[in-house]
Amino acid sequence: MSLIAWVPALPLIGFLILFLTEGRLGRVPVAIVGAGSVGVAALLTFAVIAEFAGGEEAVYVYTLWQWIDVGGFAPAIRLYVDGLALVMTGVITGVGFLIHLYATGYMWAEAGYSRFFAYMNLFVFAMLMLVLGDNLLVLYLGWEGVGLCSYLLIGFFHEEAENGYAARKAFVVTRVGDTAMALGLFLLFRELGSLEIQAVLDGARSAWPEGSSLNTAIALLLLGGAVGKSAQVPLQTWLPDAMAGPTPVSALIHAATMVTAGVYLIARTHDLFLLSDTAQMAVAVVGLVTLFVAACSAMTQRDLKRILAYSTMSQIGYMFFALGVGAWSAGIFHLMTHAFFKALLFLSAGSVILALHHEQDVFKMGGLRKALPVPFACMLAGSAALAALPLTSGFYSKDLILLASFEEAGVGPLFWAVASAAALLTAIYTTRMVFLVFFGETRTEPHGHDTWNMTAPLLVLVLLSIGGGWFGLDAVSGVLPDGGLEGGTHASWLVWATAAVPIIGVGLGYTLYGRGAIGEPKRLDGSGLGRFLLNGWNFDELYDAIFVRPFVWLANACRNEPLDGLYNFVVSLSRWGHAAFAHTQTGQLRWYATTMGLGIAVVLLLAVVVL
Amino acid sequence: MTGVAIPLDHVLLLAATLFLIGLTGVLVRRNVIFMLMSLEIMLNACGLAFVVAGARWAEADGQIMYMLVLSLAAAEAALALGLILQMERRFRNLDIDALSELRG
Repeated sequence: MSLIAWVPALPLIGFLILFLTEGRLGRVPVAIVGAGSVGVAALLTFAVIAEFAGGEEAVYVYTLWQWIDVGGFAPAIRLYVDGLALVMTGVITGVGFLIHLYATGYMWAEAGYSRFFAYMNLFVFAMLMLVLGDNLLVLYLGWEGVGLCSYLLIGFFHEEAENGYAARKAFVVTRVGDTAMALGLFLLFRELGSLEIQAVLDGARSAWPEGSSLNTAIALLLLGGAVGKSAQVPLQTWLPDAMAGPTPVSALIHAATMVTAGVYLIARTHDLFLLSDTAQMAVAVVGLVTLFVAACSAMTQRDLKRILAYSTMSQIGYMFFALGVGAWSAGIFHLMTHAFFKALLFLSAGSVILALHHEQDVFKMGGLRKALPVPFACMLAGSAALAALPLTSGFYSKDLILLASFEEAGVGPLFWAVASAAALLTAIYTTRMVFLVFFGETRTEPHGHDTWNMTAPLLVLVLLSIGGGWFGLDAVSGVLPDGGLEGGTHASWLVWATAAVPIIGVGLGYTLYGRGAIGEPKRLDGSGLGRFLLNGWNFDELYDAIFVRPFVWLANACRNEPLDGLYNFVVSLSRWGHAAFAHTQTGQLRWYATTMGLGIAVVLLLAVVVL
Repeated sequence: MTGVAIPLDHVLLLAATLFLIGLTGVLVRRNVIFMLMSLEIMLNACGLAFVVAGARWAEADGQIMYMLVLSLAAAEAALALGLILQMERRFRNLDIDALSELRG
């Protein structure tokens, strides 16, 4: 089990090698270090998982060293390995390695090859610290680390100003959530005197009664952090713009791992949410609103990557929703299957985009199924899983969430109806995407083909996307409060209806888009609703009006700060005095002698008169 | 010590007159050499005042001070003449008003 320490260490070493050589290494060594470090970490993770599954203990704690020890506050760099942490670690290193391998091919022609893999390795390290830390402070370290890497990688093509803007936007918007989370951590430390996760959860259970307002406040603050990081309403606006980064980055950071950190945070601190009905309902509502809002927006997007970005938001909404309605294991299960199929979708979209010379507008694609058979097959598999067609991995996880939501006291049927409507939309926009890109007439001719290091990860991810859900997820049963995936029995009509929703959606999608997008671009631009959805429910404009413009106005008003007048007066007074005295300095010796003589005469006269 | 003693006031008046003549010379002459000479007159006026005061109170201090003034004047003359030589070489001119570059 001590191998676990090497799992985060290897990407860190990879990062240090790439960072310290500053791009002097050739492309092949960079690819070997960059992808290899994560690959070996993935192998080690599987060894640890095998050992963990065979062992008796439910939790394994591995202390590396004492970080700080001051006045009773003594967080250690300590790895806390349980089922939940191992699921996350497996996804991060496993899917992470596949994406790294794909990126060695995808980024081959780009400048900054070494810089790219340095950031990616640093990201994997930070993400692993986030999920393995046994202390909320270590978690926060990883949390900010992934935020930094996300910022660096969104702005990777920094020659274009709008990419830098997207990166700053992602950084600033998530910072809003991170501030809330930091406040939550401060409160926890003040109340319970520790940030160690297990100690905090035990302390919270014994110190606070159910529904205590303090606990609710802390849980809501943590939820704020999770909402920012996971791009949920109302802090979701950064994710579509984050697609400015290279496609492997979108796959790794903005689909498979980082954006699910919020889900992990809530699952990890589940006791705080169990103690507060308000907080847990807030989680469910945030998830429900996001999954619906994002699914509607995904219907009308023109940019292939933005379709996937909105669908990512929507799917993470399902995870939040699952946590909120108490289907904890199903939420984590969906996190895992989503990591598989969304990484697959992003990577095959990357292959399409690369073949079309970075064309991302779906209305300029079409008819690519013959020219690009491998990406087509992969996208088809990923789409089936995203639409949750039966027997694919997405079906198993999403089905559990929808069924569990029906059982929620009071609002169950409503929850189920909204979530199912969004699932219907999911199936429709997924079908739309596939038909626009791969069917119909060819609008842009593809060039080139993928190398083996791009095809191999796609094929592995196809297997995972289809079969990743067949075996369930027993690992988290001992960690999460609902005790595993078996969520009870449901009425048979409900089970059938839930399973039928995606099939109906695909059928509807085929009717709507089966013959291509005839006239759709015009319809979109012409209708107010189309533009509204295209712009993501105009949240950007809303925030522009509420926050950005008043702030800019205030900044402009303060530019000629009125208070500065006071200091400027002192400045001009001393300037004036300086000029006056400088005038007397003529450089003429006789003038100096004269004034000196006069001065002495005056002083003497005064002395005589006064004394 | 015989003969008529010169009243103190007269000598001080003489010293003051000499000092003023020297000061006027310094202030009105533009030629550096003349300014230097006027400066010497001022120094000597001071010296005279010292000597007279020393005689008046029968103390040796006045004469000692005069010797200090004398050596100061000698050193000053040596330095000043050197500076004047440099000035002549650099500016081909002995007009003090020409050296007014250090003005504000």
